[in-house]
Amino acid sequence: MNTPHIPCLRLGKEYRSFNESEVKDYRNGAVKATMSQVNAGVIRRDLLKIDQAREALQKFTTRELIDISAKAGELFLNGTLPLGEGGRSQSGQDYLETLSATSGLPHVMVKRNMDKIHYALTHVELILNGLTRGIDPSILDRGFGEQAGSPVCFYPTTNALGLVMPSNSPAVNSLWLPSIALKIPIIMKPGRDEPWTPFRLIQSFIAAGCPREAFGFYPTDHEGAADILRLCNRALIFGDKSTTDLYAGNPGVQVHGPGFSKVLIGEDEIENWPDFIDVMASSISDNGGRSCVNASAIIVPKYAKEIADALGKRLGSLKPLPVDDPNAVLSGFANPKMGEWIDGAIDADLCQKGAIDTTAIYRTGPRLLQAEGGTYLCPTIVYCESMDHPLSNREFLCPYASVVEVPQPDMLNAIGPTLVVSAITKDETFKRQLLSASNIERLNLGPISTMKISWDQPHEGNMFEFLYKRRSIGMAA
Amino acid sequence: MSIDEKVKHAADELDAHVVEMIKWHFSPDTGSPFWLDWAKEQNWDPLNEIKNFEDICQKFPNFEDEWLRDLPNEVWVPQPYKGKPFNIFETGGTTGMPKQRIGWDDFRIDYTAFSETLKDEHFPRDDYWMMVGPTGPRRLRLSIEHLANERGCSCYFVDLDPRWVKRLIASKQFDQARAYMDHAVDQALTILKHRKVSALFTTPKLLEALAERKDLIKAGIKGVFCGGTTMDKQYARFLVEEVCEGGKIGFVPTYGNTLMGLARHHPFGAENDYSIAYYAPQPRAVLRVINPDTNNTVDYDSWGRVELTTLTKEFFMPRFLERDEALRRKPWSEAPWDGVAEVRPFGAMEKNIVEGVY
Repeated sequence: MNTPHIPCLRLGKEYRSFNESEVKDYRNGAVKATMSQVNAGVIRRDLLKIDQAREALQKFTTRELIDISAKAGELFLNGTLPLGEGGRSQSGQDYLETLSATSGLPHVMVKRNMDKIHYALTHVELILNGLTRGIDPSILDRGFGEQAGSPVCFYPTTNALGLVMPSNSPAVNSLWLPSIALKIPIIMKPGRDEPWTPFRLIQSFIAAGCPREAFGFYPTDHEGAADILRLCNRALIFGDKSTTDLYAGNPGVQVHGPGFSKVLIGEDEIENWPDFIDVMASSISDNGGRSCVNASAIIVPKYAKEIADALGKRLGSLKPLPVDDPNAVLSGFANPKMGEWIDGAIDADLCQKGAIDTTAIYRTGPRLLQAEGGTYLCPTIVYCESMDHPLSNREFLCPYASVVEVPQPDMLNAIGPTLVVSAITKDETFKRQLLSASNIERLNLGPISTMKISWDQPHEGNMFEFLYKRRSIGMAA
Repeated sequence: MSIDEKVKHAADELDAHVVEMIKWHFSPDTGSPFWLDWAKEQNWDPLNEIKNFEDICQKFPNFEDEWLRDLPNEVWVPQPYKGKPFNIFETGGTTGMPKQRIGWDDFRIDYTAFSETLKDEHFPRDDYWMMVGPTGPRRLRLSIEHLANERGCSCYFVDLDPRWVKRLIASKQFDQARAYMDHAVDQALTILKHRKVSALFTTPKLLEALAERKDLIKAGIKGVFCGGTTMDKQYARFLVEEVCEGGKIGFVPTYGNTLMGLARHHPFGAENDYSIAYYAPQPRAVLRVINPDTNNTVDYDSWGRVELTTLTKEFFMPRFLERDEALRRKPWSEAPWDGVAEVRPFGAMEKNIVEGVY
């Protein structure tokens, strides 16, 4: 069978470009799909017609779009959906296996990501309720109404949500899903190595009855990505710090970069640290350690060396397993050079005094290894003497965390901006300090994995507040 | 005449032209100081040993562009032109000294000939032109004005300095680069608003930017003559199908520079996947697509480096290696010699090349 070709979707309409990229198997480089690459001008011209896409969505009520989203969720998980040109289709199992082959994620992790997306799509009502703090969907349809006895009026801040997506974690697509029910079309540049999830999601929406004009899917270059961010009044970008720094402070661009998520243990609970090794290990290693909500540092008032050793022992022995092994924890690298770079970066910083790789003694080989036909990085736990060490607050695309001793009174200043903090403490004073901390986006109080997020509580920007603004309104009787 | 006969005829014409030009440039009463001095330093005599174009390819080394930077312009003046003021045209120069080529009438000759390839339907006689792009010290500025004059009218100009744009992009000042492009487009739109213009010369990026802000058909534009940066198949298709609305506006891409003149394009479209092939104004200029290591032309439809030889009485430049690579294309009935297609910066697939917004 020929290699599938994933076209660009120009406001829902398939468009095959003369320029193509290849999506390859992370193990042997076999081409699993070609993908149309369009020049930025294509996107700019389509954006001139974006009002038509929004009008198409506005023909539906929010309630109808919530129902369509739920139906799309079922189709995404189990349906056989169009894949590219020539009447080719893809079942849920095909999607799972192909995504695993190109991303390096084991089947079990792809399945978990599928389940997350399925949950998000089938619970859009719950999510919107959380995002809007309980506004009746009909108010969004009319644009105005009454909530808790007060008049409310909302207007959209944009006619399109721009998306510059990553390749490393399929579930991040769940972030944009509510925009369809909020009647805002999407203009997306998919990750270079991960067209599968967004394309399948779009096909799910269309099959569920959503107007195809609502979806712009534009594999493109840097210029195209920059234009999506520049020309959509609201956009999300995912990337490393150097990418996201470019857009920091731009109110129209929601930046999703490294999370620098952390587990903190208070003085009151530190003597019980062996009880929390499981939650620390899962925070570090679930989803292959690739998420911004994975913990990348464990901050404790004492026993840092002992905890680092215990985590090293727990995670250091983990090895790559076959992709279809249900116990697989590690993910291969779609780009082996990325694995090599991370390995080199960790080693280079370990040369600096004050840090010890506590996983090294429990590993049977090097951190970077070739296994199961691909390139993998084994988990790495680094004991750091202080937060001044360059490895103390780093995030890598693998199960990685530092363990650092910081006196409890200094912790909140020391951690810096942090996406998720799981704080293990019962100390009311410390809890109050944590609740007041402005550098924490999501706070878990108690031994809860940093990976645990709530769909009805945005942990990284509120999509409704991003896409809509409230205004004061007066109406003649 | 069959295409084979046409190819043979053109090759014979080229060989005869080569002999004439070698005689001109290497004879003491007509040659320039540079080539006369250069010949004295060789252990062979171009006058006796160059009998055809193949001899140029085999016996002359690659022309060194430093000569156009480092030497005074006077060394390039052929004896019969001595005392006649010349135009100085520049290319390059983003940093440091640009390459300079002097000239008298070559640009007029080249563009008069090129005018004959334009269709009146898209470039009506006696209608105004507008050039939006690099003017300044470039040959292009006078050439476009001459082209407009040749076709019976005049030309408006909006300048854009590509050296500045390249510097902005190289230093990642993308906002500034965009603002500068917007500044050029604003000026062009002002002209279009207040003056009647039917033909446009501009670069692909500026054309796109203009079309995003103005319906060019409603503005009266009938034809666009375009050049300056890479146009791969996808981009060419986009410009034809969307920016020029599927042929409602005639789209004429060209490949050219200060050192060559300009090469016309073979008709292109969906039938040949929008692959644009250019044909040099032979015999005044010759393009080869070669493997620079072997000095042999590559096979047809294979990638190689573009080599230019210019053969006019005003300027002789053998075997200059352009900074471009291209596919070698077969001769065409209207230009029965090799063409260069899908031109892109040399090494474009291996590294990022700053081409900018212009």
